[in-house]
Amino acid sequence: MTWLRLSWANLWHNPLSTLVNAMLMALGTASIILLLLAGEQFARVVARDAQGIDLVVGAKGSPLQLVLSSVYHADIPTGNISLDAASHWANDRRVARAIPLSLGDSYHGFRIVGTSSDYADLYHAELAHGRFWSAPLEAVVGAAVAREAGLAPDSLFSGAHGLGSGTQTHDAHAYRVVGVLQATGSVLDRLILTSLDSVWELHDHASPHHDEHEDRHEITAMLLSYASPMAALSLPREINAAANVQAAAPAFELARLLNLVGLGLDGLRAFAAILLITAGFSIFAALYGALQARRYDLAMLRCLGASRPELMLSLLLEGLLLTTLGVALGFALGHGAMAALATWLEASRGIVISGGIWLAQEFVLLVGLLGMGLLAAALPAWQAYRNDVASTLTGQH
Amino acid sequence: MRTREGAALHIRDLRHGYADHTALKLDALDLQAGEQLVVLGPSGCGKTTLLHAIAGLLQPTQGHIQVGCQTLSALKPAALDRFRGRHFGIVFQRLHLLPALNIRQNLLLAQRLARMPQDPMAVLEMLASLGIAELAHARPASLSQGQRQRVAIARALIHQPSIVLADEPTSSLDDDNADRAMTLLREHARSCAASLLVVTHDQRMRGAFERELLLEAPA
Repeated sequence: MTWLRLSWANLWHNPLSTLVNAMLMALGTASIILLLLAGEQFARVVARDAQGIDLVVGAKGSPLQLVLSSVYHADIPTGNISLDAASHWANDRRVARAIPLSLGDSYHGFRIVGTSSDYADLYHAELAHGRFWSAPLEAVVGAAVAREAGLAPDSLFSGAHGLGSGTQTHDAHAYRVVGVLQATGSVLDRLILTSLDSVWELHDHASPHHDEHEDRHEITAMLLSYASPMAALSLPREINAAANVQAAAPAFELARLLNLVGLGLDGLRAFAAILLITAGFSIFAALYGALQARRYDLAMLRCLGASRPELMLSLLLEGLLLTTLGVALGFALGHGAMAALATWLEASRGIVISGGIWLAQEFVLLVGLLGMGLLAAALPAWQAYRNDVASTLTGQH
Repeated sequence: MRTREGAALHIRDLRHGYADHTALKLDALDLQAGEQLVVLGPSGCGKTTLLHAIAGLLQPTQGHIQVGCQTLSALKPAALDRFRGRHFGIVFQRLHLLPALNIRQNLLLAQRLARMPQDPMAVLEMLASLGIAELAHARPASLSQGQRQRVAIARALIHQPSIVLADEPTSSLDDDNADRAMTLLREHARSCAASLLVVTHDQRMRGAFERELLLEAPA
């Protein structure tokens, strides 16, 4: 028998109370862990998809919508702009790189993006099979598209008009897959890339009153990278002063978005913190109640030769064991839930996150929670220390 | 520190009082190694106070208590706890077996608290000698009063103490059980070569021991 064994046995002498307290602690811990992991990874995923994109030029409207639609492909576009207007800014000497995007069609819910091969370079995407397009209606598909839609080099598919699935298709003009990209863990995995010409050709034929002039070509957005950070001071303002286009900086719009989301996260965090504090009080109440019930047992331990510090230690150990049990359950639950969420998000949204990462904040949380367990046990432990054997034993006669 | 020869317990001029009254007054008591003594007296004569003072559970107002060669008042609190665990075995009217532990674990814990090596074989032998070996893995709550009494005796003797102290061990038992419990306690104390000091108001114990001490309520 050791003090540890005794504390453990005492905990399981009252299994219902122990389980309830451990679960309370576990739920609070898991909530915090989930929020930490999700918050951290969400910010990282969001930042990674926007890497190398300093400014998005597109049709006037909501700047956040423009960023969401053209960087994350998560919203409908604000409209189209003329290629001429976009090219004017793309050729500005303050711009290092400009990538045109033309959206409008999709295949099985995956967006078909008319663009240049620079777009793949932006995410450091390499070809897994095949080659890039060299002619209209040739397409390169992202890794998730290839896997889920069953596309491989030489597959043929017809795009559907619109960004959802199940609408009118361009059956007469089938795309041919010429390449498949390696997985990048970015938004690219769920896109079908083709040349701008493909998109134009398709829609020129599709629209009955198409204009033959090249300069009437439209694109959805242009992704710009600055040649120097100084460009941020003047370029967005100049673009926004123009009549038909607007400029939106992903970093700025995202900060705004995360700020809004952050308010919600703060609320959830506060809720989780309340859960944990409740768990702390509940552990305190359980230990204190057990102490009252065990005063004679503690006196008996002293009769058997235990010292005051040993009794105090046994109570602290009990609090620490109970907390550790709850916290361990909570960490497992939190990471497990995150892993489940990651599996679902990757399958449904192509967002690659993980439940298997370990954040520095979790270590702080661990130490903090164990400290809270000790604190909850401190008063009962002190009472155990002060318990007077002779008066406890005689008080009962 | 421990002597089997000569006085196991040596008490002189023992007084214990609370603010307004004296609870215990005992001028002299000597108990030889292996000797068995019953301290009889009415309620309030200080029997339990005497037992607590001998066990070092309370600090008497005045007086000298020596166990073996050790003067109790010379020990610091932690050393006194260790000394108590090692040299005394205590049986109370209420037995206070730890409910979260099984019988075997209760006895192993007593060895542990006596700072002795934990010896499962010795535990089983002790239980067997009391006829309850099959209860080693049972919880105290599932035992009868008589079985619990035996476990309490086993726990008081498992670490081979020099003195066994018993406070009203028979008061809540009927005649048969009281007889049986006391016989077991005396036999096992003897076989462990421990002195036995029983305090009780149970008049059935009168005449049962070779030595009796009648404790008067202090004036």
